[in-house]
Amino acid sequence: MSTSNGDVVVTGLGATTPLGGDVASTWDALLAGRSGVSRITDDWIKDFPAQLVARLTDDPAEKLDRVRARRLDRSQQVAVVAAEEAWRESGVADSGVAPERIAVVFGTGIGGALTLLGQDDVLEEKGPKRVSPFTIPMLMPNGPAAAVGLAIGAKGGVHAPVSACASGAEAIRWGLDLLRFDRADVVLVGGAEACVHPLPMAGFASMRAMSTRNDEPERASRPFDKARDGFVLGEGAAALVLERADAAKARGARVHARLAGAGGTADGYDLVAPHPEGEGAGRAIAAALRDAGLTPADIGHVNAHATSTPVGDTAEAAAIRNTIGEHALVTATKSQTGHLLGAAGALESIFTVLALREQIVPATANLDDPDDDAAVQALDIVRREPRRTSLTAAVNDSFGFGGHNIALVFTTA
Amino acid sequence: MSQDIQTGLAEILEEVAGVAPADATPEKSFTEDLDVDSLSMVEIATAVEDKFGVAIPDDELGNIKTVGDAISYIQKNQG
Repeated sequence: MSTSNGDVVVTGLGATTPLGGDVASTWDALLAGRSGVSRITDDWIKDFPAQLVARLTDDPAEKLDRVRARRLDRSQQVAVVAAEEAWRESGVADSGVAPERIAVVFGTGIGGALTLLGQDDVLEEKGPKRVSPFTIPMLMPNGPAAAVGLAIGAKGGVHAPVSACASGAEAIRWGLDLLRFDRADVVLVGGAEACVHPLPMAGFASMRAMSTRNDEPERASRPFDKARDGFVLGEGAAALVLERADAAKARGARVHARLAGAGGTADGYDLVAPHPEGEGAGRAIAAALRDAGLTPADIGHVNAHATSTPVGDTAEAAAIRNTIGEHALVTATKSQTGHLLGAAGALESIFTVLALREQIVPATANLDDPDDDAAVQALDIVRREPRRTSLTAAVNDSFGFGGHNIALVFTTA
Repeated sequence: MSQDIQTGLAEILEEVAGVAPADATPEKSFTEDLDVDSLSMVEIATAVEDKFGVAIPDDELGNIKTVGDAISYIQKNQG
């Protein structure tokens, strides 16, 4: 897609995260090296092996009308907060775009887990008649997308990719396709997750996927480090406004970056374990580069999925090295944000966009002693301090349980 | 008695549907005047059952159109 009509740009950003209640505060905290991770102190946690979490800095319910908030699951609340920020910033609402030409693609990994589990408690304790009539709309995995669609008045289609921790990135890929196929003029894309609750915490812990470095919360998420022992569950949402470059230019919109290409593959290997050489991940990156019409040499930066699990990080390092090479500046921002599951790909795409816009790559926190793995050793992983650099193109990749792989290529505006 | 019920009902309407207490007067229709949707009506009925100790079967709920209807229903059925 090289015609100017096919060019897609990013004109709005929004987020609410463990580092801040909006994009600006999140980005500032990221560059300052702050951690969003803390130890849970509630009574229920005491028998849990993994007790860490990356909680939101701002309660999303406090940013919404009270009655509106009580009808939205927390995953929907964060989605709406992030989407409204992106939407305001884009200025699309004042541009006269018809609602029928506005679409939403908003993913989640888990969906309305807090509602599902909370209403199950109501069912057990008080019986079926006391279960809330809002239970289903609050727990359905298309709930965040639907709530966002209502919030911005999108009538051109509302879609909800569900591919675990690739959901947020997959939403961006779908948004790109919708614009290329001319199914919409503006697409608000993103991901949301809010499932900090004993059951998901116990389930992930039983998979041995979570860090148990309970005594050092801020040091627990350490992608690519030799001493990494799992991810830290995070909550939040991120949203981007996408539109065609010519339309954005015509209305004088601020363009943060171009979304130049996307690739998606499946591992076909195992339901949860990543392919050890990152075969499917590498194919996704290669496909995204082809789609963008770029070569590996063009890519100056990779925002890695790197969740801080022992197998995942080395598989990804192999995929990056095999497809892009060793020159790109790699960073793993989950070291500070924790793992936002279905929101991760969207949040990290925002970080990738800002890295391109500001010409700076955030550091990977806690990378004290890089893994002995040959690929990890070969990559140029930014650590200790953010690195100022000259970038024209960058990749954000995301992977999800189920063997889902998505790679996105962004370029400077 | 009717005043107490109206006040209690207004509290429920404010909590569940964001209706200003001053607007919760007997002649008001839930759906047409107060913008209460069908799922919120179910939530209001549950809250009324808890607060006033009355049962509201689904076929009765369908007949409660106004705040006044609800007040009369509660008065009639309160133990």
